[in-house]
Amino acid sequence: MRDVAVVSFAYSNVARDASHNETEMIVPVLHEAVAQSGIAHDEIGFVCSGSLDYLQGGPFAFVAGLDAVGAWPPVRESHVEMDAAWALYEAWVAIQTGEVDSALVYGFGKSSPGDLHEIMALQLDPYYVLPQWPSMVDMAALQACAFLDADGATEKDLAEVAARSQRNAQENPNALRKGNVSADDVLKQPVTHHPLRDADIFPITDGSAAVVIAAGDLARKVSKRPAWIRGIEHRIEGHGLGVRDLTQSESTRAAGAAAGVANGKVDVAELHAQFSHEELILAEALGLDATKTSINPSGGPLAANAVMSAGLVRIGEVARRITNGAADRGVAHATSGPCLQHNLVCVLEGE
Amino acid sequence: MAGKRVAVVGVGQTVHRTARKDVSMAGLVREAAQEALDDAGMAWSDIDAVVIGKAPDMFEGVAMPELYLADALGAVGKPMMRVHTAGSVGGSTSIVAAKLVAAGLHERVLTVAYEKQSESNATWGLSVPMPFAAPLVAGAGGYFAPLIRAYMYRSGAPRHIGHLVAVKDRRAALRNPKAHLHIPDIDLKMVEESFLLWDPLRYLDVCPSSDGAMAMVLGSEQVADASSGPVAWVHGMAMRSEPTMFARRDQVNPQAGKDCAKDVYAQAGITDPRRDFDCAEVYVPFSWYEPMWLENLGFCAEGDGWKLTESGATGPDGDIPWNMSGGVLSSNPIGASGMVRFGEAAQQVRGRSGDYQVELKTGRALGQAYGGGSQFFSMWVVGNQKPA
Repeated sequence: MRDVAVVSFAYSNVARDASHNETEMIVPVLHEAVAQSGIAHDEIGFVCSGSLDYLQGGPFAFVAGLDAVGAWPPVRESHVEMDAAWALYEAWVAIQTGEVDSALVYGFGKSSPGDLHEIMALQLDPYYVLPQWPSMVDMAALQACAFLDADGATEKDLAEVAARSQRNAQENPNALRKGNVSADDVLKQPVTHHPLRDADIFPITDGSAAVVIAAGDLARKVSKRPAWIRGIEHRIEGHGLGVRDLTQSESTRAAGAAAGVANGKVDVAELHAQFSHEELILAEALGLDATKTSINPSGGPLAANAVMSAGLVRIGEVARRITNGAADRGVAHATSGPCLQHNLVCVLEGE
Repeated sequence: MAGKRVAVVGVGQTVHRTARKDVSMAGLVREAAQEALDDAGMAWSDIDAVVIGKAPDMFEGVAMPELYLADALGAVGKPMMRVHTAGSVGGSTSIVAAKLVAAGLHERVLTVAYEKQSESNATWGLSVPMPFAAPLVAGAGGYFAPLIRAYMYRSGAPRHIGHLVAVKDRRAALRNPKAHLHIPDIDLKMVEESFLLWDPLRYLDVCPSSDGAMAMVLGSEQVADASSGPVAWVHGMAMRSEPTMFARRDQVNPQAGKDCAKDVYAQAGITDPRRDFDCAEVYVPFSWYEPMWLENLGFCAEGDGWKLTESGATGPDGDIPWNMSGGVLSSNPIGASGMVRFGEAAQQVRGRSGDYQVELKTGRALGQAYGGGSQFFSMWVVGNQKPA
């Protein structure tokens, strides 16, 4: 295996970006990530992105990204219709083949123009489940009920997660929902989707993120402290909500074990928990101990969750803390699909 | 080619039809995947990872369909990815899957591409007006016809050249039982008399709208060496992209296509594609794209593509047959069409192409796919000999 590291990271989130199209929204973030990387734009070997046509409401959302990349002369480029964390995986694979030594990875999407919760129902089995149009929040609430029943956790435990997220987010300029709030403050909110309150549900976010990864000596040359990818693995589960145990995340557990989460201390973890109960499920699946690991110090997805880049942001947030010396080793997680169907785990470490 | 050796060890393909009402989307992809597994002599449990590709989700109305299809493709508990690079996606998906093996991460990867166009309407799906973007209100044909006219103007090609390709590829499809269109009495007159859609494209110059899927099992050198049947070794693979529109962009003969061909030929040691390949499966959704891609892919000098087509060189009995399977003009499940090209090229070098098998001399074939506004390219070179 080649050593590959995250050498730069930039992202931007707003609640509603009505004044820029996707290309305009991506440009500053891409330029920042490339400038930070210390690698000339035209020397980056590969480009890979993640986006979702149904967010843009058109058939080729990713084509707009090429204008932001400035893909001329023509570039080696690919795209996944998945969170950009999987675009990073594809780029990491390309580097592993030896074909290239570096890659620019980005993801973007605007959730605000449509009804995101309903749009995501289009992910469901089109013949038997979609006709009922369960929103992603409806399904998450079912999962939360099942989890509370099985685990013995309470709504107070969910509120603790939500409140910590908002407190952590106070330090994060890209967080939308932040404040010095307590679990009791959260519990005063009305329950909107039993047992979830607004604070338990990610805020609608428009945004983009970009990361540059580089191999071995190149990473050492351009970064004082590269965030080395020690393991990156992903696993998918069955689609139907009735075919898996919603109170656990077996695919996260398997991906985490394969990525080597348990092979060292975990100073920091950024988990793509879009609902507060998911953080508890994920932390358990990854064997994280909240007294030893700082979980979602950025505020996590409950503070800002730009769909299609939020998973990549988790990797970037962990990498940034390693590069700036705040952490030595961390775990980033990305998810896709209803109720944590598909999960990616990335272990990052400084030297 | 970078990385470890990779080979196609199994290929499966559905029958392509206007509407495969006998299967769901899951049933469609499983049909192709099961055939590929059977061909490879493998069970679902042998597969390490699954890579799926298709064109825009709006063609069926299912967002990120890898989620819904995970069970049907035996991916539960495994890594699964979904690639989307417009029309080139079938090729790109093959390449992403092959890289998982080339990187040494997996031994056996299943890759599948599909489109079930009868679930929706592709021209509608391509024509959603977007703010600040040039509208594509006439679908792909309306977009490409002006580029074809520009090609005719540049090259001086006579008007019947496209029709020759339309006839040639439909006649080829008569030897391919899985092809969507079977038009036994197709001839030049029938094409010329079909109604005009977008000048110079007549109805029969245009690909159909199909339901279909293609699948391949890609294996490591160890897996390929242990295979009981013939395998197709990957000698080179490449992708290139460029933006849709900017001043001075040559949309007729795009730079990204030329760069992609140069890269893949260098990897595979191809110096004269017309001589070094036994055949090619190339994404020709509109008849005129055969002469245009002949030039873009370096099978002849710029401006001479139509002469090569007119000479019959690209026919089944010519010196460099193109699209022996009937090509995209005979079957077009959009997201799968690129993988059909890649897989048909592999079947040729495996000697598995039945009634449309070409004679193997060099044992090498080219698979090509393109997409978007002639801006996304994916290509691979496969051969019956292990690469050096």
